[in-house]
Amino acid sequence: MSVLLKLTRSELRLYLREPMLVFWSLLFPSVLVVILGCVPAFRRPEPGIGGQRVIDLYVAIAIVMTLAMLAFQVAPAVLATYRERGILRRLATTPAPPAVLLGAQLVTSMLTAIVSIGLVLLVGRLAFDVPLPREPAGFLLAFLLTAAAAFAIGLLVAALAPSGKAANAIGSVLFFPTMFFAGLWTPREAFPEVLRRISDLTPLGAGERAVAEAMSGSWPSWASLTVLVAYVVVFGFAAARFFRWE
Amino acid sequence: MPVIEVDHLRKRYGDTLAVSDVSFTVEPGEIFGILGPNGAGKTTTVECVSGLRTPDSGAIRVLDRDPGDPALRQLVGVQLQESGLPDKLTVREALELWSAFYPRPAGWRQLAADLGLSGKLGERYARLSGGQKQRLSIALALVGNPRIAILDELTTGLDPQARRDTWDLIAGVRDRGVTIVLVTHFMAEAERLCDRLAVIDSGAVVALDTPAGLVARVVAEQRLRFRPSVPVADELLTGLDGVREVRRHGPQVEVVGDGNVLQSVTATLAAHEIIAHDLRVEQATLDDAFVRLTGAGRAAEEA
Repeated sequence: MSVLLKLTRSELRLYLREPMLVFWSLLFPSVLVVILGCVPAFRRPEPGIGGQRVIDLYVAIAIVMTLAMLAFQVAPAVLATYRERGILRRLATTPAPPAVLLGAQLVTSMLTAIVSIGLVLLVGRLAFDVPLPREPAGFLLAFLLTAAAAFAIGLLVAALAPSGKAANAIGSVLFFPTMFFAGLWTPREAFPEVLRRISDLTPLGAGERAVAEAMSGSWPSWASLTVLVAYVVVFGFAAARFFRWE
Repeated sequence: MPVIEVDHLRKRYGDTLAVSDVSFTVEPGEIFGILGPNGAGKTTTVECVSGLRTPDSGAIRVLDRDPGDPALRQLVGVQLQESGLPDKLTVREALELWSAFYPRPAGWRQLAADLGLSGKLGERYARLSGGQKQRLSIALALVGNPRIAILDELTTGLDPQARRDTWDLIAGVRDRGVTIVLVTHFMAEAERLCDRLAVIDSGAVVALDTPAGLVARVVAEQRLRFRPSVPVADELLTGLDGVREVRRHGPQVEVVGDGNVLQSVTATLAAHEIIAHDLRVEQATLDDAFVRLTGAGRAAEEA
């Protein structure tokens, strides 16, 4: 336990020494909310999206985007680099099981996600009157399941990527289509019916749906939770099956 | 009782047979060297002993346990080639973190001082020189107070002074009762440090002996050079016991032969009241032994 703690502290310290990573994963989601919130039209209720304001939707989208960046871009690149550089191999010769490093990396990512998402909610609430999640338990569940699904996919990327650079590239290639379906460019509420159906089946589409539902006060729909659990199970098993320490 | 037993180890990667037949035992408290040319299978052998790889066949026991036994990770310190650390981790952070992995760590400050790293504790890994990285790597292998230390290419990348300092450190670690397995391709290092050596070539042990024993095992060729006080006829020397060849280099005479050549030549010269000026004896070194042993391995394989 103390090893996990010490490794997590070390991983956190290393993370904080990467200014670009800190900016994109910790600050950028809030910056995005601020930028969009400054557009007057986005602060007016829109009949086309069920009377909600665009900025209300984007708080949920920014939350999912935070998880996507950490799970697809940060964690796989770090882990694949550790493998490429023989750090996992070196660790394998010590009493600290390499799996603890994986744990430390995930804890670091989750802590980052919690701070970043807390910041997004706070900025949304204080600057633009976006209500805090009205269904807190449902929000927590949606957050955890979306994180689990995204990290299961991210770990599979880390397992299969031959190098840190490759992991980075694969992560970026994944980020754009999955975030498109989560509504980063056009909110899901404005999607045509067919596109929304497809989006419901994608990991971040289902995640955004669950998060947005909990934000607006209802329990996340079973359909989206089921999709998320399926991603966790399938990609989690695949990642565990294919992960190589060297 | 040996602390490491390797019995007919065999390991293949795809089409390449990295280790075909390696057997040796390491006794407690000794420095055991594994010597061999690049690609001979040294690293694969120690990776199997360290529990990082599973042999295809053969048996390995380390402290009477299977090499994969998690309990060994506390008892065996390993320094591997080509295993790095995160770029932005500092020397102090690495040493502190590694200390936390072990139940009874050595004092890392003392270890850093012994390895000349005291002035670099705040430096990030990426900014260390090759030699400093190597020394940090050795420190991390020793920080857990292991009973066995496996050191792969210990002094590669170190300058001559740092190399000598590291040898002293390793000798000091052995004096504390730690058994050391040293993989090297430096003859001087093997000769200076190792109690016994396994010479590995093309995946098999070709010799297992003390450094002196290895030198003696190669038909110890000796060369004698001297300037006789009066001219000597070749015939006086060629017929002697142990003499194989007599060559002339101006006033110098060179006699090549086996181990007895020095006695027979000096005795004969003395009997004829000839003085050998500037007498020099060139003996086979571990280098010669190594070349002979590993060359022989290759010739046998080609035949």
